[in-house]
Amino acid sequence: MGWAMTAPLVVFFGLAALAVIGAVSLILQKHPIHSALSLIVVMVALAGLYLLMVAEFVAAVQIIVYGGAIMVLFVFVIMLLNAGVEEHTSLSKMAGPPGLLLVLALAGFIAATVARSGASVQAATQTGALSSTKGISEMVFKDFVYPFELTSFLVLVAILGATVLAHREKS
Amino acid sequence: MVPTNYYVILSAVLFGLGVFAFIFKRNVITIFMSIELMLNAVNLAFVAFSQALGKLDGQVFVLLVIVDAAADAAVGVGIILLIARNRQPLNVERVDLLKL
Repeated sequence: MGWAMTAPLVVFFGLAALAVIGAVSLILQKHPIHSALSLIVVMVALAGLYLLMVAEFVAAVQIIVYGGAIMVLFVFVIMLLNAGVEEHTSLSKMAGPPGLLLVLALAGFIAATVARSGASVQAATQTGALSSTKGISEMVFKDFVYPFELTSFLVLVAILGATVLAHREKS
Repeated sequence: MVPTNYYVILSAVLFGLGVFAFIFKRNVITIFMSIELMLNAVNLAFVAFSQALGKLDGQVFVLLVIVDAAADAAVGVGIILLIARNRQPLNVERVDLLKL
């Protein structure tokens, strides 16, 4: 295929740069609300990458659930609690360099593993016939029906837990 | 066609940034957001391999992970509200009630 920049490759690098910049911005921002907005940029960029991989249903769910529901919850809590600029003590500043080393080791390990085993995973010849939404619905409601039902139980328990935690005791 | 390696390496980079944010940040809410970032990185790897192998199992797993992230967010926000209600600052170093 050579190193010619095809159109999907250009879109990939653009969205990947956007995602990495958003993630770095999440770390560098001092105020939580700026970190939350950076995280929304990462999530929208990832939704674009899912569209590039012809996973349109996952992209839609990413936008609706992550970008819509979860991030609105975060922003709402930040505004409700009026969270201010975070403070760094000497101990937390000390945690920076070892943390950076650990992260570099982790990312290097993963990248080395991927580079070594790269030849075995080839991009499948993508035919447009693989309608992912129809296929996903068939898998969710046939092959994965028990895990799917279990997630409803998980969500029920989470709702109950959140209600109990947020409940103000009268006394 | 974008090689699968690129997606997996991007996923590793995003996961590493999430781990670093988890270690370095001190605000409870920001730490929670870095967990969401790590979950997103894992989702990207799932979808990339799903596309590479031509099977949809990975995308079904992504749906399950997203449901789990939503449940996480609900419970986590409850805990954060509880910390704030007890008039404690949202700095993880100050939340040391369980410390001996």
